[in-house]
Amino acid sequence: MATGWETVIGLEIHAQLATRSKIFSGSATAYGGAPNAQANLVDLGYPGVLPVLNREAVRMAVKFGLAIGASVARRSVFARKNYFYPDLPKGYQISQYELPVVAKGAVEILLEDGARKTVGVTRAHLEEDAGKSLHEGLGRMSGIDLNRAGTPLLEIVSEPDMRSAREAVAYMKKIHTLVRYLEICDGNMQEGSFRCDANVSVRPKGAREYGTRCEIKNLNSFRFVERAINHEVERQVELIDGGGKVVQETRLYDPGRDETRSMRSKEEANDYRYFPDPDLLPLALDDAFIEGVRKSLPELPDAKAARFAKEHGLSDYDAGVLTASREMAAYYESVVAAAGGEPKLAANWVMGELSGFLNRDGLEIGGSRVTASALAGLLRRLVDGTVSGKLAKDVFEAMWAEGKDADAIIEAKGLKQITDTGAIEKAIADVMAANPRQLADYRSGKDKLFGFFVGQVMKATAGKANPAQVNDLLKRMLAGP
Amino acid sequence: MSLHASTAAEIGRGLRAKKYSSVEVTKHFLGRIERANPGLNAFVTVTAERALADARRADATLARGVGGPLTGVPVVHKDIFCTSGILTSCGSRILSNFVAPYDATVVERLDAAGMVLLGKTNMDEFAMGSSNETSYYGPVKNPWDTARVPGGSSGGSAAAVAARIVPVATGTDTGGSIRQPGALTGLTGFKPTYGRVSRYGMIAFASSLDQAGVLAQSAEDAALVLGAMAGFDPRDSTSVDAPVPDYAKGLDRPVKGLRIGIIREFFGEGLEAGTGAAVRAAIEAFRKEGATVSELSLPNLPLSVPTYYVVAPAECSSNLSRFDGVRFGHRCQDPKDLLDLYKRTRGEGFGAEVKRRIMTGTYVLSAGYYDAYYLKAQKVRSLINADFKRAFGEVDVLMGPTAPTPAFAIGAKTDDPILMYLNDIYTIGANLAGLPAVSVPCGLVDGLPVGLQVIGPHFSEERLFATAHAWQRATDWHRRIPAAYA
Repeated sequence: MATGWETVIGLEIHAQLATRSKIFSGSATAYGGAPNAQANLVDLGYPGVLPVLNREAVRMAVKFGLAIGASVARRSVFARKNYFYPDLPKGYQISQYELPVVAKGAVEILLEDGARKTVGVTRAHLEEDAGKSLHEGLGRMSGIDLNRAGTPLLEIVSEPDMRSAREAVAYMKKIHTLVRYLEICDGNMQEGSFRCDANVSVRPKGAREYGTRCEIKNLNSFRFVERAINHEVERQVELIDGGGKVVQETRLYDPGRDETRSMRSKEEANDYRYFPDPDLLPLALDDAFIEGVRKSLPELPDAKAARFAKEHGLSDYDAGVLTASREMAAYYESVVAAAGGEPKLAANWVMGELSGFLNRDGLEIGGSRVTASALAGLLRRLVDGTVSGKLAKDVFEAMWAEGKDADAIIEAKGLKQITDTGAIEKAIADVMAANPRQLADYRSGKDKLFGFFVGQVMKATAGKANPAQVNDLLKRMLAGP
Repeated sequence: MSLHASTAAEIGRGLRAKKYSSVEVTKHFLGRIERANPGLNAFVTVTAERALADARRADATLARGVGGPLTGVPVVHKDIFCTSGILTSCGSRILSNFVAPYDATVVERLDAAGMVLLGKTNMDEFAMGSSNETSYYGPVKNPWDTARVPGGSSGGSAAAVAARIVPVATGTDTGGSIRQPGALTGLTGFKPTYGRVSRYGMIAFASSLDQAGVLAQSAEDAALVLGAMAGFDPRDSTSVDAPVPDYAKGLDRPVKGLRIGIIREFFGEGLEAGTGAAVRAAIEAFRKEGATVSELSLPNLPLSVPTYYVVAPAECSSNLSRFDGVRFGHRCQDPKDLLDLYKRTRGEGFGAEVKRRIMTGTYVLSAGYYDAYYLKAQKVRSLINADFKRAFGEVDVLMGPTAPTPAFAIGAKTDDPILMYLNDIYTIGANLAGLPAVSVPCGLVDGLPVGLQVIGPHFSEERLFATAHAWQRATDWHRRIPAAYA
């Protein structure tokens, strides 16, 4: 971006809570049902029906609040946000406005230069999701699918603390990791379970006042967040440099054309006429409930990463990667436990080979074809010298393809490393005898030919000879009697 | 005594004594409805077939000797309660085609008590009105003088019971909609504590004020029916999880020693002289029976009407947003786009008073006005609450008139909403504070009934029933029937 400008970003993340039923009705929340199959009279906003709060959704919101060190409100209030739209059956959305359940928390993100940065979380509040309008295949009509209507959402609002699209993505990933650790959101961005709106403004470097912001709606991938913000920043800077002014408005990111376009201006914005929902009593939480939730918290990613760094001697970066998901961290820890140590080796294999194969096959770690104990078995053979590092990769590939353990593969393929000095000496002697000219050249000072001999010996032993032993013995034998 | 002059409790006793069957009782009242309703317009729907089926089922229950006090007794519901498979219009064109797919909790519970459903009664549109003139189905006539209003918004229920074409009816009371029509038609109109009866299935007008109750011939009837409909309902978060006392059992508690407070603010300007005299005479009678009487001031109570006309419209403007022509109810012909659908559906579907309140409510919630209106009204509401709390530190019940005048002529106040709103000046306070209150007939002024209002602290229903019952043992105002329907 143009120098002389500073970007200011705040995110509003919508995380669908992983409750079985909706926030104010008993309908199922499962994704992908036939249109309106999961909408009962409450979801349809029928005359006379009333909302009843789902306790599980509250528990999940509190879990999040405690995990980001926020204050959990002993008393919070549900409010109605009033506007007309066909996918909003009641003509209002039940949300929280003045008194949210979670306020004033923070998360720490790791920047590319290794520095850490704290991003404030202004608030997180409970609300219901709207339904969907369907416009395709219905001619001049529109269809309404209310399956999603009433799905519980946690809206997580950050402070305007981020200064680049990368920081925004790092923050979003951090929240994404956290909600999955807490098992309060499946994090599925394609299905819209985790999405965000970005508030973006620019100001001259060193300025104290914020610039006029634009809100970019409905960003449902990390890549889109980064691209949309960068485009918006460019647009705003160009606008100002060209003598124009940024107008406060809501913009929509179009990933197809890779641009943002205006949705509605501030003047066109709805007056939502928020007021406390008289159908719901204020949400009162006592200490016992909050403490009960606190006890149910798992080890959080930051604590886990710190522990990996301290106890396992991993770098901050590696610890961060391994703790990005609870499943990945658990897998890694199982490998270390089963291998009887070797955390750095385990970390390299989990982040290297294993992640590579998972990516290649589009699998989550839960679907890995090599279990943690199987990988640990391979690492043990690597450590005890049964296989070389290079062959270990072949063994891993075979394990992945065949689903067998390392020993079975090594045995079947005869990949066991040759460490018998006599056998290696014989192989060297054969190579020397077969290459008299190279031997003579080496002995007359062509040191570079050492590599040639290593290669020949390894070839002769089908790569199974222990490389360190080959080195030692070759040096001695090439030097001559 | 003829069947229709009997109270619901008496009919229940007669049924259990096998003096008549529920089918006979039901046919008797269906016949009276057929004859009298055209002149009263009390019904939106008469459910004759359903009633006879209910009655046969009740007779079977009674034959097994397991019937309760209400088994086989006919009832009607205000058309604000959802009734499965039956038109539920709420007095509005926008719901004039709405057949509810489920039963309100009140309906379900009275059904379970074995009551026989005769039909659904006319009402002010969405319960917004004090005269039953805002109904899409036309005004209801007062049986005491069919040129006059029966009060509102539960006017159809009130007229039907007053004319004895049904023994008892349900109603709802947001600002006086049970008590005021009760007073204007000579009935016992009982509004319980907010949260005592589930609002599930009761089409919302102003959620923080709406409460279901009973229009009955006597305190005993109201006690029986309220006892059957009250109680916690997990489907309504504002319903209170507390046991329901046996209201009928406590009716005979003596009033000796009862501390009565007279609300000074209820006897000022605007109270018609004859009504005031009848109410004062009634209170004096209580004093003679051994109650103590003192005058109290609730200084913030005169702010009830303006407070109510901010809070209630605010809530209604939001509650009525769901009537958009998308999923149920009236939809305009051939909408050209979404905005047109909304505008014409709602423009055609709602009447003038409902529109006035939606606009008022939208205004008071708007950015820039919220603090000055809605928030301020909520503050006044808590002051009114505090006034009542202080008063109930000194007295057991508060007494005063229910309505400032007897029934007025149809059309007399339709051009002046403020004048119409002042009808509820004595009843709104109890709604704002969520208190139980009852209106009992206490005299006739120029041949028209007037009501005494008794207000009690939260969950003092038993005391109110006992107080009303004591009055009704000593008087016969509640047994007077308009001559044309005797």
